[in-house]
Amino acid sequence: MYASTVRGLLVRGMLAGLIAGLFAFAVAYVVGEPPVRGSIAVEEAAAAQEAGAAGASGAASGHAGHAGHGGDAASGAAEEEEELVSRPVQSTVGLATGVLVYGVALGGIASLAFSFALGRIGGFSPRATAALTGAGAFALVYLVPFLKYPATPPAVGNPDTIGQRTTLFFLMILLSVLLGIGAIILGRRLAPRLGNWNATLAAAGGFIAATTLAFVFLPDNSDAVQPGFPAALLWEFRLASLAVQLVLWAAFAIVFGVLAQRLLDARTDGAEVTAQQQAPALG
Amino acid sequence: MAEAVASAAVSAPAVSPSAPLPVKAVLPWALFVGLLMLVALYFVGAEQGATAVFAGEGVHEWVHDGRHLLGFPCH
Repeated sequence: MYASTVRGLLVRGMLAGLIAGLFAFAVAYVVGEPPVRGSIAVEEAAAAQEAGAAGASGAASGHAGHAGHGGDAASGAAEEEEELVSRPVQSTVGLATGVLVYGVALGGIASLAFSFALGRIGGFSPRATAALTGAGAFALVYLVPFLKYPATPPAVGNPDTIGQRTTLFFLMILLSVLLGIGAIILGRRLAPRLGNWNATLAAAGGFIAATTLAFVFLPDNSDAVQPGFPAALLWEFRLASLAVQLVLWAAFAIVFGVLAQRLLDARTDGAEVTAQQQAPALG
Repeated sequence: MAEAVASAAVSAPAVSPSAPLPVKAVLPWALFVGLLMLVALYFVGAEQGATAVFAGEGVHEWVHDGRHLLGFPCH
């Protein structure tokens, strides 16, 4: 009975993640694509200028992987032909693939986190637990790492530092999630002594202190925004990125909350009738 | 009043919708499906950036815009 409940929650989590992904895709397409287009235009203008200054000789060599951005002006038509995925595809089907897979995968993981959290983080209903899981996942998986290593639009990155930036970004996510789980465990330990309110405050304070230390000691983003990149465009892009994730997690929390509550209520109703016959066999 | 609350809690403790699910029931799903989900996330977030399972740039270019907007370092 328990295993099928967990499986049911997992399927509902992935479904809720898919639905949330559709909402997030709509936001990404409407709000996110304009600054992405703008950044690519800035990148192309800079490349054209660079090519003008250095001559067409070898200026494009470091940029070989950017075919999908429309190519460097420096390498011209040759690179246009190599374009693997066109901009119209990247901004529609490609964007949808990325956001939907992200939604389904994190929806599944969040539903597993929910299965652990249910009944263990205080006296919350399944729906309230789902809301807290969604809020926690948004903060730990996206918001906290974003504060240290914010999302960058296409023109900003230096291809030479991608390895270091990727490592630091995933390390920051891992650290944020582990510190978050640690804070929850600490809060539950302190609750009998301090009461729920003060224990929650103490755990949140501990999380913020530990995260601040991590922010201070982890290296800065080696990939500083290039001078001359429009500040307004950068702000617009980062706000769009934040909106995509906020909508994704809000939609997930709401949809999964309804589905999980319904599943667990139904299990409860059924269990009342059959609990006595089934309980020994399933222990 | 207090008696009624207490007896309700005693008669149906295991069937509360918020009753914890045993860790033993969650763990296998968390390991196998959780791992699968992480692999999916890797392909959206990092494949053909710092590391690559498949050669080329196809996966990277396909999910390019999503990768940027979801906050991953892209290139």
